[in-house]
Amino acid sequence: MAILKVFKRIRKPNLYFTLVALAIYIIVQVLLSAGLLNDFWRGILFWGAAITMVSLGLNLIYGFNGQFSLGQYGFYAIGAYAAADITYRWVNSDASGVVVGFLGSLLVLLFFMGIGAFLKRFYGLLPLTKFMAYLVATFAGYFIAVKFLAPALGPTLMQLLGGPYPGAVGRQIVFLMALLGGATIAGITSYLFGIPVLELGSDYFGIATLGFTIIVKVLLDNTDTLLPFPEMKGARGMVGIPAWTTWTWVFITLMAVIVIMRNLLHSSYGRAIVSVREDERAATLVGIDVASAKIMAFVLGSVFAGLAGGIRAHDVAFLHPNTFNFIQSFNPLIIVVFGGLGSMTGTIFTGFLWIFVLEGLLRLILPPGFETWRFVVYPLMLLLMMLLRPEGLFGSYEVPFLRRLLPPIPARKSSLEGQSEEVA
Amino acid sequence: MTAALSSLKKPKTREEAILSRSNARWLNRLAQGLFALFALFVLYILIKGFIASPAVFLQQVLNGLQLGFIYALIALGYTMVYGIVRLINFAHGDVFMVGAFTSLYTISILDLHRWPLRIWPGIPETLGTLIGVVTVILVSMVTSGFLAVTIERFAYRPLRSRPRIAALITAIGVSFFLEYFGALPFVFTNNYITYPRSFDIVVYRAGTISNLALGGMWGLFGAALLAQAVLIALSRKGNLTAQAWKDHPLVRFGLLFGGFMAAVLTLTNLHVEMNGKLWDLTASNIMLVIMGSSIVLQVVLHYIVRQTRLGKAMRAAAYDKPASRLMGINVDSVITATFALGGGLAGAAGVLYATAFKQVYYLMGIIPGLKAFVAAVIGGIGSIPGAFLGALIMGQAEVLSAGYISTPMRDAVSFSLLILVLLVWPQGIFGEPPGEKV
Repeated sequence: MAILKVFKRIRKPNLYFTLVALAIYIIVQVLLSAGLLNDFWRGILFWGAAITMVSLGLNLIYGFNGQFSLGQYGFYAIGAYAAADITYRWVNSDASGVVVGFLGSLLVLLFFMGIGAFLKRFYGLLPLTKFMAYLVATFAGYFIAVKFLAPALGPTLMQLLGGPYPGAVGRQIVFLMALLGGATIAGITSYLFGIPVLELGSDYFGIATLGFTIIVKVLLDNTDTLLPFPEMKGARGMVGIPAWTTWTWVFITLMAVIVIMRNLLHSSYGRAIVSVREDERAATLVGIDVASAKIMAFVLGSVFAGLAGGIRAHDVAFLHPNTFNFIQSFNPLIIVVFGGLGSMTGTIFTGFLWIFVLEGLLRLILPPGFETWRFVVYPLMLLLMMLLRPEGLFGSYEVPFLRRLLPPIPARKSSLEGQSEEVA
Repeated sequence: MTAALSSLKKPKTREEAILSRSNARWLNRLAQGLFALFALFVLYILIKGFIASPAVFLQQVLNGLQLGFIYALIALGYTMVYGIVRLINFAHGDVFMVGAFTSLYTISILDLHRWPLRIWPGIPETLGTLIGVVTVILVSMVTSGFLAVTIERFAYRPLRSRPRIAALITAIGVSFFLEYFGALPFVFTNNYITYPRSFDIVVYRAGTISNLALGGMWGLFGAALLAQAVLIALSRKGNLTAQAWKDHPLVRFGLLFGGFMAAVLTLTNLHVEMNGKLWDLTASNIMLVIMGSSIVLQVVLHYIVRQTRLGKAMRAAAYDKPASRLMGINVDSVITATFALGGGLAGAAGVLYATAFKQVYYLMGIIPGLKAFVAAVIGGIGSIPGAFLGALIMGQAEVLSAGYISTPMRDAVSFSLLILVLLVWPQGIFGEPPGEKV
């Protein structure tokens, strides 16, 4: 009877959502184990999940916070390359990637917290000052990690995780650290980038983020010559990444992204984020810290993109800078717009549908010459969408689990009501 | 400093923490100092490069000038469109690409650049080629302008009352459509195509430039400068005729054309020996054509915007659309005219770019388009002289960073420049201070 009571206290939508998610997980897992889903469709599924995570991040930045960003693929690329580098070094029995990428990033986060507390004691800070302070902290943190932490902790960690246990356990822990490391590095980058750039208006912000994506692509093209990462092999593409992504990992990360984003949006921070989209000035007037709401949405969206990058990198086991070309970075934007700005359901649905139809179904059905026509048809669809249904497929519809619970609006006093009607 | 140190003591309550905050002036100074140090470092690299080989450095500057003048033409379209409809016209770079391809076909299939020579065989070669080149540029301008107007009519106008972001996404869609429609095998194909120049390249070195040309350019510059000075002096005294003539396009043309041409030709004509080697700076006729046509188009644009009824309407619409509608201005047709002008300039830029780099490609418009937008932002968006100056800065930044910082990073440097400029100078050079209309 006690169990029944607990069940009664769970909200119905939450229960259904969990059950449906578990059912999907089990069905796909069974299909995969039984070999009914071949490698092609498995790849499509994983790809769809990665794109959905990137697009959810963009929806948080653009759909919920109103910051028009084209930089999502830059953070996706950073997450992918960082996570891939960590595991690549690990399988080549070098634990420095884990130490620097994961522990170093945690150290930088610690420094960030210290600097944040220090800067709180001043007023009249310029964005340049903040940017410089955090930049110095980043360099210091990674310098310490590379110079001192890596030689000190590397061999120990290697022994601890690579040695006595069955390899699988250590491997999963390293993979988790790689995913989190990649996501954290993407988050740190977006924080540094966001401090100066989020002060700009939305158009300038869009162009600056587009510039960011181009800069990342150029840097990735020259990782072996300009940056000290010879294993990334620059424009030739990075090979030798362990293919560790499994359906379980994909499912867990996707669910984590959805639940974190949902809970954030239902919290007071989420309401602050949405209010900034509606009207910045009004948000300031009711006491919302607009700058911090913006940066929170931007950083969290980038973290999601970085996480998706790690998943994708360990799925295809090959990374090439052209995958992260800025032309590709319009994909999440189109997905978000199609699904409906500010609708998580729409983004999830469209994200999977996008990859399923365009990369899976049409590739199988249509003749090879179709490739060249794809990009002629997308923009036309986009144009039609903008003209006919600018709010997207789902508008602001959400499934009950993601829908916000609002207390019922109390009836207003009648005299005021009549007045406001007239004014409107 | 003491105030800052005292602030390190731990405050007890939240209120106390807020009240005991100290001014961040010294921290800001420190950060600005660090930033200045960084700028000085870049300057040091450039100066080192200049001292190591002044000739190479100056040659880079000349090449950057050529690039900058092309960017200027594209940037003008961006800045005008943004000024009026507040839309980043992402498709502008692709209009530029279509301009280049149009000239490819008019040259290779229609043989348009040689029409004067075919019709009047007796015409002097130089004059015939000049007329032919101008025709090619004009045809591209008309095509691109028409394309820009079509885009505006069918993609942007239906969305004018919608949120701005809808138009922005549409612009991205149009840009994609133009690119990948062009990539289709029966349109432009998705290969790099070698561009047949409409005239033969002539390289000028020290000693090959006639004194007449050099003197003429300096004379033009000097005369324009003198005229400008006299007109300004007279208009200060209240002479209305002088005031009207002060900004006359002829004066402007003389200043820009004479000044830049004289500077480039003089630099090229320098006969300096250093360490036993000649400087050997070169300029090509392509560079001169690019500079010349860019300046002419710009002066024409400046004339249209400043001194015609259309220009007045454009400025009014940029300032306040509803009010200008009330004053009887047909805002829709003004916007169409703006797109036509911007598209025409982009088409001309496409021809010049293809002539300079001898290659056309269906994605060629993206990077120059974005750089031109960056140039417009640096100069202060909405301002025509700003776009020009910003474009010259962008050209120099690209070429110098390719030469002295890192060749593959030149695109990255250009976009970092955007972020840096927005950081320290958010309105750009000639931009208006942000005043929100409430």
